[in-house]
Amino acid sequence: MNTLLYTFHFYLFGLIAIASAVAFVTRKSPVAAALWLVNTMFCLSALYVMLDAQFIGAVQVLVYAGAIMVVFLFVVMLLNLGQASDVSDIRGLGGRLTAGLVGLAMLAELVALSRIRFPQLTQAVSDQTNVVNPVSAPLFHQYLLPFEVTSVVLLVAVVGAVVLAKRGPNVS
Amino acid sequence: MIAEALFFSAVLFTIGVVGVLTRRNAIIIFMCVELMLNAVNLSFIALSRLHGSANGQVFVLFVMTIAAAEAAVGLAIIISIFRHHKSVDLRNINLLKG
Repeated sequence: MNTLLYTFHFYLFGLIAIASAVAFVTRKSPVAAALWLVNTMFCLSALYVMLDAQFIGAVQVLVYAGAIMVVFLFVVMLLNLGQASDVSDIRGLGGRLTAGLVGLAMLAELVALSRIRFPQLTQAVSDQTNVVNPVSAPLFHQYLLPFEVTSVVLLVAVVGAVVLAKRGPNVS
Repeated sequence: MIAEALFFSAVLFTIGVVGVLTRRNAIIIFMCVELMLNAVNLSFIALSRLHGSANGQVFVLFVMTIAAAEAAVGLAIIISIFRHHKSVDLRNINLLKG
Protein backbone atom coordinates (compact mmCIF):
# COMPACT_ATOMS: atom_id res chain seq x y z
CA MET A 1 0.00 0.00 0.00
CA ASN A 2 1.29 3.41 -0.92
CA THR A 3 1.35 5.01 2.51
CA LEU A 4 2.03 8.57 1.37
CA LEU A 5 -0.86 8.54 -1.10
CA TYR A 6 -3.13 6.98 1.55
CA THR A 7 -2.23 9.66 4.10
CA PHE A 8 -2.72 12.43 1.56
CA HIS A 9 -6.19 11.22 0.62
CA PHE A 10 -7.13 10.65 4.25
CA TYR A 11 -6.31 14.26 5.13
CA LEU A 12 -7.93 15.48 1.90
CA PHE A 13 -11.29 13.83 2.60
CA GLY A 14 -11.20 14.80 6.28
CA LEU A 15 -10.49 18.45 5.51
CA ILE A 16 -13.19 18.55 2.80
CA ALA A 17 -15.62 17.06 5.33
CA ILE A 18 -14.79 19.71 7.93
CA ALA A 19 -14.93 22.55 5.39
CA SER A 20 -18.33 21.33 4.15
CA ALA A 21 -19.58 21.10 7.72
CA VAL A 22 -18.51 24.70 8.38
CA ALA A 23 -20.25 25.80 5.17
CA PHE A 24 -23.30 23.81 6.30
CA VAL A 25 -23.75 25.61 9.63
CA THR A 26 -23.16 29.04 8.11
CA ARG A 27 -25.57 28.88 5.14
CA LYS A 28 -28.85 30.76 5.58
CA SER A 29 -30.86 28.81 3.02
CA PRO A 30 -31.94 25.36 4.30
CA VAL A 31 -31.51 23.82 0.83
CA ALA A 32 -27.90 24.97 0.51
CA ALA A 33 -27.21 23.76 4.07
CA ALA A 34 -28.67 20.32 3.29
CA LEU A 35 -26.56 19.99 0.13
CA TRP A 36 -23.36 20.88 2.04
CA LEU A 37 -24.30 18.27 4.64
CA VAL A 38 -24.66 15.68 1.85
CA ASN A 39 -21.11 16.60 0.75
CA THR A 40 -19.88 16.02 4.32
CA MET A 41 -21.54 12.61 4.36
CA PHE A 42 -19.91 11.58 1.06
CA CYS A 43 -16.48 12.50 2.46
CA LEU A 44 -17.23 10.54 5.65
CA SER A 45 -18.14 7.56 3.48
CA ALA A 46 -14.74 7.82 1.79
CA LEU A 47 -13.09 7.89 5.23
CA TYR A 48 -15.03 4.75 6.24
CA VAL A 49 -13.75 2.93 3.16
CA MET A 50 -10.18 4.02 3.94
CA LEU A 51 -10.62 2.67 7.49
CA ASP A 52 -11.48 -0.80 6.08
CA ALA A 53 -15.24 -0.51 6.67
CA GLN A 54 -16.33 -0.80 3.04
CA PHE A 55 -19.84 -2.06 3.78
CA ILE A 56 -20.53 0.80 6.22
CA GLY A 57 -19.27 3.23 3.57
CA ALA A 58 -21.82 1.91 1.07
CA VAL A 59 -24.60 2.00 3.68
CA GLN A 60 -23.63 5.57 4.56
CA VAL A 61 -24.17 6.69 0.97
CA LEU A 62 -27.41 4.72 0.61
CA VAL A 63 -29.05 5.53 3.96
CA TYR A 64 -27.71 8.93 4.98
CA ALA A 65 -26.96 10.72 1.72
CA GLY A 66 -29.66 8.84 -0.16
CA ALA A 67 -32.61 8.43 2.17
CA ILE A 68 -32.38 10.67 5.23
CA MET A 69 -31.24 13.81 3.43
CA VAL A 70 -33.90 13.31 0.73
CA VAL A 71 -36.51 13.27 3.51
CA PHE A 72 -35.05 16.51 4.92
CA LEU A 73 -35.09 18.20 1.49
CA PHE A 74 -38.61 16.89 0.90
CA VAL A 75 -39.83 18.53 4.13
CA VAL A 76 -38.07 21.79 3.22
CA MET A 77 -39.84 21.78 -0.15
CA LEU A 78 -43.18 20.69 1.38
CA LEU A 79 -43.19 23.54 3.90
CA ASN A 80 -41.96 25.98 1.21
CA LEU A 81 -38.93 27.06 3.27
CA GLY A 82 -36.46 27.11 0.39
CA GLN A 83 -35.92 30.85 0.56
CA ALA A 84 -33.71 32.17 3.32
CA SER A 85 -35.73 34.27 5.75
CA ASP A 86 -35.21 38.02 5.79
CA VAL A 87 -34.30 38.16 9.45
CA SER A 88 -31.16 36.19 10.25
CA ASP A 89 -31.83 32.97 12.10
CA ILE A 90 -28.45 33.05 13.82
CA ARG A 91 -28.88 33.77 17.51
CA GLY A 92 -27.81 37.05 19.10
CA LEU A 93 -24.78 37.84 21.24
CA GLY A 94 -25.69 35.56 24.16
CA GLY A 95 -26.15 32.50 21.96
CA ARG A 96 -22.95 33.19 20.08
CA LEU A 97 -20.97 33.62 23.31
CA THR A 98 -22.32 30.35 24.71
CA ALA A 99 -21.60 28.54 21.46
CA GLY A 100 -18.09 29.99 21.35
CA LEU A 101 -17.36 28.92 24.93
CA VAL A 102 -18.67 25.41 24.32
CA GLY A 103 -16.66 25.21 21.11
CA LEU A 104 -13.49 26.33 22.93
CA ALA A 105 -14.03 23.77 25.71
CA MET A 106 -14.47 20.99 23.16
CA LEU A 107 -11.39 22.13 21.24
CA ALA A 108 -9.40 21.92 24.49
CA GLU A 109 -10.58 18.33 24.84
CA LEU A 110 -9.37 17.79 21.27
CA VAL A 111 -5.89 18.93 22.16
CA ALA A 112 -5.85 16.57 25.14
CA LEU A 113 -7.07 13.78 22.87
CA SER A 114 -4.39 14.34 20.25
CA ARG A 115 -1.65 13.73 22.84
CA ILE A 116 -2.68 10.09 23.30
CA ARG A 117 -0.32 7.56 21.71
CA PHE A 118 -2.28 4.81 20.02
CA PRO A 119 -0.89 1.27 19.84
CA GLN A 120 0.16 -0.29 16.57
CA LEU A 121 -2.68 -1.16 14.23
CA THR A 122 -3.82 -4.77 14.23
CA GLN A 123 -4.81 -6.67 11.11
CA ALA A 124 -7.89 -5.32 9.30
CA VAL A 125 -11.09 -7.25 10.01
CA SER A 126 -11.99 -7.58 6.35
CA ASP A 127 -9.76 -8.45 3.43
CA GLN A 128 -10.56 -7.03 0.01
CA THR A 129 -12.78 -9.94 -1.07
CA ASN A 130 -14.73 -10.62 2.12
CA VAL A 131 -16.34 -7.35 3.19
CA VAL A 132 -19.84 -8.08 4.48
CA ASN A 133 -19.19 -11.24 6.47
CA PRO A 134 -17.22 -9.63 9.37
CA VAL A 135 -20.15 -7.25 9.94
CA SER A 136 -23.01 -9.67 9.42
CA ALA A 137 -21.68 -12.50 11.59
CA PRO A 138 -21.83 -10.57 14.92
CA LEU A 139 -25.00 -8.77 13.76
CA PHE A 140 -26.94 -12.01 13.43
CA HIS A 141 -25.37 -13.97 16.28
CA GLN A 142 -24.10 -11.81 19.12
CA TYR A 143 -26.42 -8.84 18.50
CA LEU A 144 -29.51 -10.69 17.27
CA LEU A 145 -31.79 -9.40 20.05
CA PRO A 146 -30.82 -5.71 19.59
CA PHE A 147 -31.31 -6.19 15.84
CA GLU A 148 -34.87 -7.40 16.37
CA VAL A 149 -35.60 -4.63 18.88
CA THR A 150 -34.38 -2.12 16.29
CA SER A 151 -37.01 -3.35 13.85
CA VAL A 152 -39.69 -2.74 16.49
CA VAL A 153 -38.29 0.78 17.02
CA LEU A 154 -38.56 1.44 13.28
CA LEU A 155 -42.18 0.26 13.27
CA VAL A 156 -43.02 2.54 16.22
CA ALA A 157 -41.29 5.46 14.49
CA VAL A 158 -43.25 4.94 11.26
CA VAL A 159 -46.58 4.74 13.11
CA GLY A 160 -45.66 7.75 15.25
CA ALA A 161 -44.64 9.83 12.22
CA VAL A 162 -47.93 9.08 10.45
CA VAL A 163 -49.98 9.90 13.57
CA LEU A 164 -48.08 13.15 14.20
CA ALA A 165 -48.18 14.41 10.62
CA LYS A 166 -51.80 13.43 9.92
CA ARG A 167 -54.43 16.13 10.06
CA GLY A 168 -56.85 15.37 12.87
CA PRO A 169 -60.64 15.46 12.20
CA ASN A 170 -61.28 18.48 14.43
CA VAL A 171 -57.95 20.25 14.03
CA SER A 172 -57.96 22.79 11.23
CA MET B 1 -4.60 7.20 10.99
CA ILE B 2 -6.66 6.53 14.13
CA ALA B 3 -5.66 9.76 15.89
CA GLU B 4 -6.48 11.79 12.76
CA ALA B 5 -9.85 10.09 12.37
CA LEU B 6 -10.71 10.81 16.01
CA PHE B 7 -9.57 14.40 15.51
CA PHE B 8 -11.86 14.84 12.46
CA SER B 9 -14.67 13.21 14.41
CA ALA B 10 -14.27 15.60 17.35
CA VAL B 11 -14.11 18.65 15.07
CA LEU B 12 -17.28 17.58 13.25
CA PHE B 13 -19.03 16.99 16.59
CA THR B 14 -18.00 20.46 17.80
CA ILE B 15 -19.33 22.03 14.59
CA GLY B 16 -22.63 20.22 15.15
CA VAL B 17 -22.89 21.45 18.76
CA VAL B 18 -22.12 25.03 17.75
CA GLY B 19 -24.75 24.77 15.01
CA VAL B 20 -27.40 23.56 17.47
CA LEU B 21 -26.54 26.41 19.84
CA THR B 22 -26.49 29.20 17.27
CA ARG B 23 -29.19 28.42 14.70
CA ARG B 24 -32.91 29.05 15.16
CA ASN B 25 -34.31 27.15 12.18
CA ALA B 26 -35.67 23.86 13.52
CA ILE B 27 -34.82 21.88 10.36
CA ILE B 28 -31.20 23.07 10.39
CA ILE B 29 -30.95 22.14 14.09
CA PHE B 30 -32.13 18.65 13.15
CA MET B 31 -29.47 18.44 10.46
CA CYS B 32 -26.84 19.50 13.04
CA VAL B 33 -27.95 16.57 15.20
CA GLU B 34 -27.46 14.28 12.20
CA LEU B 35 -23.96 15.74 11.79
CA MET B 36 -23.16 14.90 15.43
CA LEU B 37 -24.38 11.33 14.93
CA ASN B 38 -22.13 11.08 11.86
CA ALA B 39 -19.15 12.31 13.87
CA VAL B 40 -19.77 9.62 16.50
CA ASN B 41 -20.03 7.02 13.73
CA LEU B 42 -16.61 8.05 12.44
CA SER B 43 -15.02 7.49 15.84
CA PHE B 44 -16.83 4.12 16.11
CA ILE B 45 -15.32 3.04 12.78
CA ALA B 46 -11.85 4.31 13.72
CA LEU B 47 -11.82 2.52 17.08
CA SER B 48 -13.22 -0.64 15.49
CA ARG B 49 -10.26 -0.50 13.08
CA LEU B 50 -7.88 0.06 16.01
CA HIS B 51 -9.10 -3.03 17.84
CA GLY B 52 -9.37 -5.17 14.70
CA SER B 53 -12.96 -6.11 15.51
CA ALA B 54 -16.20 -5.54 13.58
CA ASN B 55 -18.39 -4.87 16.63
CA GLY B 56 -18.02 -1.10 16.19
CA GLN B 57 -19.32 -1.39 12.63
CA VAL B 58 -22.37 -3.27 13.92
CA PHE B 59 -23.05 -0.41 16.32
CA VAL B 60 -22.76 2.07 13.45
CA LEU B 61 -25.55 0.17 11.70
CA PHE B 62 -27.70 0.51 14.82
CA VAL B 63 -26.93 4.23 15.09
CA MET B 64 -27.93 4.75 11.45
CA THR B 65 -31.24 2.96 12.03
CA ILE B 66 -32.03 5.02 15.11
CA ALA B 67 -31.06 8.18 13.20
CA ALA B 68 -33.52 7.29 10.45
CA ALA B 69 -36.29 6.71 13.00
CA GLU B 70 -35.43 9.98 14.76
CA ALA B 71 -35.49 11.91 11.47
CA ALA B 72 -38.93 10.50 10.60
CA VAL B 73 -40.49 11.35 13.97
CA GLY B 74 -38.72 14.72 14.26
CA LEU B 75 -39.75 15.88 10.81
CA ALA B 76 -43.34 14.82 11.52
CA ILE B 77 -43.22 16.98 14.68
CA ILE B 78 -41.81 19.88 12.64
CA ILE B 79 -44.64 19.56 10.07
CA SER B 80 -47.14 19.53 12.93
CA ILE B 81 -45.55 22.64 14.49
CA PHE B 82 -45.56 24.38 11.11
CA ARG B 83 -49.32 23.84 10.84
CA HIS B 84 -49.82 25.69 14.13
CA HIS B 85 -47.32 28.54 13.85
CA LYS B 86 -46.83 28.84 10.05
CA SER B 87 -43.09 28.93 10.78
CA VAL B 88 -40.29 26.66 12.00
CA ASP B 89 -38.45 29.47 13.78
CA LEU B 90 -37.75 28.46 17.37
CA ARG B 91 -38.45 32.02 18.61
CA ASN B 92 -42.16 31.39 17.99
CA ILE B 93 -42.19 28.15 19.99
CA ASN B 94 -41.94 29.42 23.57
CA LEU B 95 -44.86 27.76 25.31
CA LEU B 96 -42.63 26.32 28.06
CA LYS B 97 -40.67 29.53 28.57
CA GLY B 98 -40.96 30.81 32.16
